[in-house]
Amino acid sequence: MDRMKGRVALITGAARGIGAATARRFVEEGALVLLTDLLDAEGEALARSLGANARYLHHDVTRAEDWARATETVTTAFGGLNVLVNNAGILAAQTPIEQTEESDFRRVMDVNVVSVFLGMKAAAPAMKASGPGAIINLSSVAGIIGTANTAAYTASKFAVRGLTKSLAMELAEFGIRVNSVHPGYVDTKMIADMIPAEHAEAFRSSASPLGRLARPIEIANMVLFLASEESSYATGSEFIVDGGFTCH
Amino acid sequence: MGKLDNKVAIVTGGSRGLGEATVRLFAREGAKVLLTDVLDVEGEALAAALGANVRFMHHDVSKEAEWQSVVAAAESAFGLVSVLVNNAGIAQSGPMETLSESEYSRVIAINQTGVFLGMKSVLASMRRTGGGSIINVSSIYGLRGSPQTIAYTASKFAVAGMTKAAAMELAPDRIRVNSIHPGFFATPMALGNQAVVDTVLPLVPAGRLGDPDEIAQMALLLASDDMKYATGAEFVVDGGFTTY
Ligand SMILES: NC(=O)c1ccc[n+]([C@@H]2O[C@H](COP(=O)([O-])OP(=O)(O)OC[C@H]3O[C@@H](n4cnc5c(N)ncnc54)[C@H](O)[C@@H]3O)[C@@H](O)[C@H]2O)c1
Ligand SMILES: NC(=O)c1ccc[n+]([C@@H]2O[C@H](COP(=O)([O-])OP(=O)(O)OC[C@H]3O[C@@H](n4cnc5c(N)ncnc54)[C@H](O)[C@@H]3O)[C@@H](O)[C@H]2O)c1
Repeated sequence: MDRMKGRVALITGAARGIGAATARRFVEEGALVLLTDLLDAEGEALARSLGANARYLHHDVTRAEDWARATETVTTAFGGLNVLVNNAGILAAQTPIEQTEESDFRRVMDVNVVSVFLGMKAAAPAMKASGPGAIINLSSVAGIIGTANTAAYTASKFAVRGLTKSLAMELAEFGIRVNSVHPGYVDTKMIADMIPAEHAEAFRSSASPLGRLARPIEIANMVLFLASEESSYATGSEFIVDGGFTCH
Repeated sequence: MGKLDNKVAIVTGGSRGLGEATVRLFAREGAKVLLTDVLDVEGEALAAALGANVRFMHHDVSKEAEWQSVVAAAESAFGLVSVLVNNAGIAQSGPMETLSESEYSRVIAINQTGVFLGMKSVLASMRRTGGGSIINVSSIYGLRGSPQTIAYTASKFAVAGMTKAAAMELAPDRIRVNSIHPGFFATPMALGNQAVVDTVLPLVPAGRLGDPDEIAQMALLLASDDMKYATGAEFVVDGGFTTY
């Protein structure tokens, strides 16, 4: 119940899905958490339900000024910053490359990649000042393998993996560990929106060798491990939780 | 309330080093643990120190018949098995032209065939449990090359590969199979070769050797019900060594 006792965390895209499950697990384990997202109603409601150790802030991860406000808010409210979870992300429409608009490609790179760069840049000073810490970046199995019709998303998630490794090397001397998490298909709105209802059942059972989707908490538990001191020697690595999806 | 309450675990090579740290943490988290090793004195002492939920058994992982006795002993002492940590292993170093075929084969027999025999032997018990978690201890040398470790590297790449094949084969039984890839850890194995320690330490971004408890924590996570969607994957804990 105290794996994160007194640790201060900032989690992006925390209003729903994997981010929400992560915020819940962090608070259960004693962390002080700033949840951020664009979905204010959901984010506010979740933070309220988690009690005094959780706050919510509107935050567009593609904007540097929003990042400045988020790091300022978390350090003022909770007295420092130990853990950053770059979770916010979007899935692009699945289209062949000829039908993929340049603007859509740039948008996905902006939300999934530039955001992670801006986040680590904004958080680094406060994290260095707060002692040992951890950054966890949500990549995907799409950052490990290729699939058709997902050029933008795949490129973005491979980029997150690379950013992670570079920052792991850069921040090691400050005791800040940086790792990426690579979920398979997780039962969130992102996936529900992607799969037409009539195919949902077949999709679920073929989503991995384990024959089901992941529950958000199963990814949150991986993030929690990487945020806690239990993983104090892990940095620069990929943590895959995909039900065996990438084994073949 | 422990993370492994009601679980029965077998940990091989549990008398010292990473195995010992894993046995201690698993016991603290409520597991019943059969630790096995060829080092009887250390193994008996550790089991005695940890109380009734930990037992020791002499066991050479390269012998199939001994595996059958180990699984039978775990079942009769504690019940059906749900966790297996294939941790036992031996090091090898030196130029390949001086490595005899029998030395090569011995490394393969313990580090590689031992893992196969362990998975094979524990299957029936785990199926009756309704699922389980197998954790195979590979190495960063199961991901990357290094000079003068030809047999060790072969065996540890094999462990990573077998892990994936087994994960796919056993997914329908809800038996999860993952590999752990430690970097350099302060155990008798690594500390036994000071020249290696002196060479690698400056190359570790974390600036230190790992503590055995840091592998035990990774094994605990994979053994626990917190990670029921993880299978067939490589879990690297190396202080950043393979980052560059
Ligand atoms: N669901 C899956 O199967 C899956 C698989 C692999 C990786 N992932 C990754 O996990 C992360 C979380 O995904 P999820 O499944 O929970 O998705 P989700 O759509 O349920 O949640 C993502 C959250 O991010 C927020 N967000 C989007 N753009 C934002 C922006 N510009 N600024 C701030 N917040 C923004 C959304 O409002 C939403 O609340 C994403 O990075 C996603 O790529 C998801
Ligand atoms: N220490 C490291 O830096 C490191 C790094 C990567 C991987 N590993 C791996 O981690 C595992 C544990 O290593 P360690 O560092 O704790 O080494 P260790 O030598 O301290 O412990 C290994 C244990 O395995 C036992 N063992 C050896 N042969 C056996 C056999 N045939 N049957 C049963 N038990 C046997 C030994 O008696 C010993 O107690 C090994 O598989 C090793 O290859 C270790």
